[in-house]
Amino acid sequence: MSAGRDVAMIPDARPPLVAMRGISKRFGPVQAVADVDLSVAAGDILGLLGENGAGKTSLMNVLFGTYAADAGTIEVDGRPVAIRSSADALAVGIGMVHQHFELVPRHTVLENLLVGRAGPDGRLTRAAALERLARIGCDYHLELDPDRLVGDLAIGEQQRVEIAKSLVRGARILVLDEPTATLTPREAEGLFRALRSMAARGMGVIFISHKLGEVLALTSRIAVMRHGRMAAERANDGSLSKPELARLMCGRDLAPPEKPAMAPGAPLLVLDRVSARGRVPLRDVSLALREGEIVGIAGVSGNGQRELADLVAGILPPASGTIAVAGRAVPDPSPRRMQALGIGRVPEDRLTTGMIGAMPLSESMALPWIDEPPFSHHGVLDRRAIRAFAAAGIARFDIRTSGPDARTGTLSGGNLQKALLARELARGPRILLAAQPTRGIDVGATEFVHAQFLALRRAGGAVLLVSEDLEELFALSDRIAVMYAGRIVADLPIGEASVERVGLLMAGVEERAA
Amino acid sequence: MIRVRLERREVTPAWLQVAIPIASVLVTLVLCAALVRAAGADVIEAYRILLLSTFRSGYDVQDTLVKAAPLLFTGLAVLVAFRAKFWNIGAEGQLMAGAVAACFVGERTFLPAVSLVPLMIVSAALFGALWALLPALLKVRLKVDDVVTTLLLNFIMLYGVTALLEGPWRDPKSGYPNAPSVRIEAEFPLVPGLGVHLGVALALAAALLVWWMMSRTTLGFRIRAVGHNPAAAAYAGIGVGRVILTAALVSGALAGLAGAGEVGGVRFQVTSDLSSGYGYAGIVVATLAELNPLGAVPAALFFAIVFNGAGTMARATGVPIYLADVIQGVALVTMVAGRLFATYRPRLVRPLAPAPAPGPEATPSPLAGRGGGVAAEGR
Ligand SMILES: Nc1ncnc2c1ncn2[C@@H]1O[C@H](COP(=O)(O)OP(=O)(O)OP(=O)(O)O)[C@@H](O)[C@H]1O
Ligand SMILES: [Mg+2]
Repeated sequence: MSAGRDVAMIPDARPPLVAMRGISKRFGPVQAVADVDLSVAAGDILGLLGENGAGKTSLMNVLFGTYAADAGTIEVDGRPVAIRSSADALAVGIGMVHQHFELVPRHTVLENLLVGRAGPDGRLTRAAALERLARIGCDYHLELDPDRLVGDLAIGEQQRVEIAKSLVRGARILVLDEPTATLTPREAEGLFRALRSMAARGMGVIFISHKLGEVLALTSRIAVMRHGRMAAERANDGSLSKPELARLMCGRDLAPPEKPAMAPGAPLLVLDRVSARGRVPLRDVSLALREGEIVGIAGVSGNGQRELADLVAGILPPASGTIAVAGRAVPDPSPRRMQALGIGRVPEDRLTTGMIGAMPLSESMALPWIDEPPFSHHGVLDRRAIRAFAAAGIARFDIRTSGPDARTGTLSGGNLQKALLARELARGPRILLAAQPTRGIDVGATEFVHAQFLALRRAGGAVLLVSEDLEELFALSDRIAVMYAGRIVADLPIGEASVERVGLLMAGVEERAA
Repeated sequence: MIRVRLERREVTPAWLQVAIPIASVLVTLVLCAALVRAAGADVIEAYRILLLSTFRSGYDVQDTLVKAAPLLFTGLAVLVAFRAKFWNIGAEGQLMAGAVAACFVGERTFLPAVSLVPLMIVSAALFGALWALLPALLKVRLKVDDVVTTLLLNFIMLYGVTALLEGPWRDPKSGYPNAPSVRIEAEFPLVPGLGVHLGVALALAAALLVWWMMSRTTLGFRIRAVGHNPAAAAYAGIGVGRVILTAALVSGALAGLAGAGEVGGVRFQVTSDLSSGYGYAGIVVATLAELNPLGAVPAALFFAIVFNGAGTMARATGVPIYLADVIQGVALVTMVAGRLFATYRPRLVRPLAPAPAPGPEATPSPLAGRGGGVAAEGR
């Protein structure tokens, strides 16, 4: 029915590039996708929105042939097609860039392009791939050096390789699942430019994101999923706004975080001229986190924020300098020690360092405290307590999953993040280290997480918020420290920080002392 | 038209944990039937003897149970190590270490008779554990590949023991390259009512204990966590190296106990052919058990039946006894293949819509100029 409307809208009444009709998909007890219609016309950039677990990824996996739908049909160019594998999808011109890249780091860009599935015209030869890569480079602003090792590329460039993988095989419909979650703002701009030129050349793009601002700026149409169903579909003609999209997604109005003025108390976490090795070595980092304070760490990805977070988490040992918690020096920090000192730690990588994909969710959530009551007594697990703890977190954080026994790895990205936060907040930490805490989570959940941070602040706790989302940093922080090349180059009270000033500092522009 | 697709499962249903090993055993038997045919025997008859000769008499059942004990011990040893991703291919050597310790203790004349059996058991576990600790330390401290070290240590142990048996430890009475027999009081008592030696009961108890440890204790939890994701385990404050060392010690001790059982219950002395490959068979047992300690019991019994039945089958039908080894190898392969279904669900899919005949050219690709063809497998 939506497809019918589209056809009417397009003057020459060409069928949409791709149309999905009545798609349903169930995973055991979870109806992930329920009777969804969705179509994309040539030149469309469709924004696909929805809460965590709404079924966006599942729907796209059906389109890309990763999952077989329980019901529904897919048409490409108005003709029904049977897509039962990613090879089938590529054969009809559908490409997908997953959130977790599927690249071989030890191989070159060109080798990665040649790996695997054949396109519509069979196997790809080296020469053809090279030629097309060059063409893609100039057509879509996706320049890539074919001989570089993928492992040496920045995230944004790796993503380009993923996109190029689809394009060299002749994709005309490109699906991107949360492509900007890990990009720097500049890399994201580059991506948008590429997507716009693809659309301008008659391709169709489906763009999944939780960042409403960029969805509004980039897309031509917006579809919103809720609980597996298509809840709304609108043309993005300037009539939509962020609050309205949020309402469509969550079914309620979102309140901006309320941050009452507070006088900070005694220092809780103090770093004094700490240096540490790492991919980006930390150099002379000094930082104080006081009671009732949220300190934001800003910086372009890869300027030592990860190392700083690892340092506070206790997995990166300091080479020199001191770390003090609640006024006491911590001579030999370790994950265990930091945890025992009341530091909740939310790592950036949910599945590689946060939780264990192959274990049940309940066990992933009890992981850091497994040696303590109530999770175990004298080395014997209390399995009921472990499950109850997870069940409580699931209820409190509204985590969408079949229950505490679900395999951790099957949770949707946002729900994993919620589970991680639930775990770390449940035991009432005094200090919370949160690295990219709202990456990939929906606006409703983001609001909830921010409320948790502010509640901790109100209770006299402190939050060290490492984020690449400036909007988030400015909304929550009492102070913003900017990192550049492993140093803290500025530590500004929020009143003195402006987006421009922080942006310049992030880019490494030095400030003259006034 | 209909194709099978694999889809990731959220939870693995419990029945599959049982169905997969059974199915892979059946597939193995079907595959190996070709060999039986090639040997000129009747497949049904040969398999009937292979699988059922164990149940002819109480004596045959006892024999099979005795054979299953070392398989169960080494299977448990391997699965504990594998759970921690400590690739212990060295149960064979650890078994031998345990056997040497048990035999040495069992020969000591100055020890009080009642202390012999307990001391043999403890020392065998200890020596097996120490022999496994070595490669584990190399892995944890120096990142030396554990597959290589554990495997090579098997040969060091085997040839070291052979050298001892040829020299200083040779039995002066018989003159054969065997160790002197243990004292009569060092022979394992029989389990009342069953007529099998103590080691069999110990192996069964070990299976229960290992199951309890892996699923109900924090040590087992840590072993599983480290095996699945060492980075996340470390971040959560689990000492990854410590856990690997602990798992290696438990693993080696279990393999060592297999050696104690063979010396105390079967051979009463160390010979260089004491193990006949139990350590390697343990890998197959552990795999067939899906690294589940309770599953190791039927898995060990199955191979004990096959090993014992193979002799009878060979005599009756002329199919070479080595069929047992082939079955062991093929079972490993089918099991590894079958494991796929634990994480993925096969789905029969029909095309979403009847595949139409190739129509007129559709919107050309802006890039490659390819007509959007219909999925080729549709027809
Ligand atoms: N392979 C699977 N097995 C079982 N359940 C699954 C599987 N994949 C997804 N689900 C469930 O289906 C629902 C929809 O998940 P999906 O990943 O499509 O959500 P999403 O909209 O992409 O969410 P997010 O924004 O968090 O990425 C969730 O409840 C999820 O737990
Ligand atoms: Mg998703």
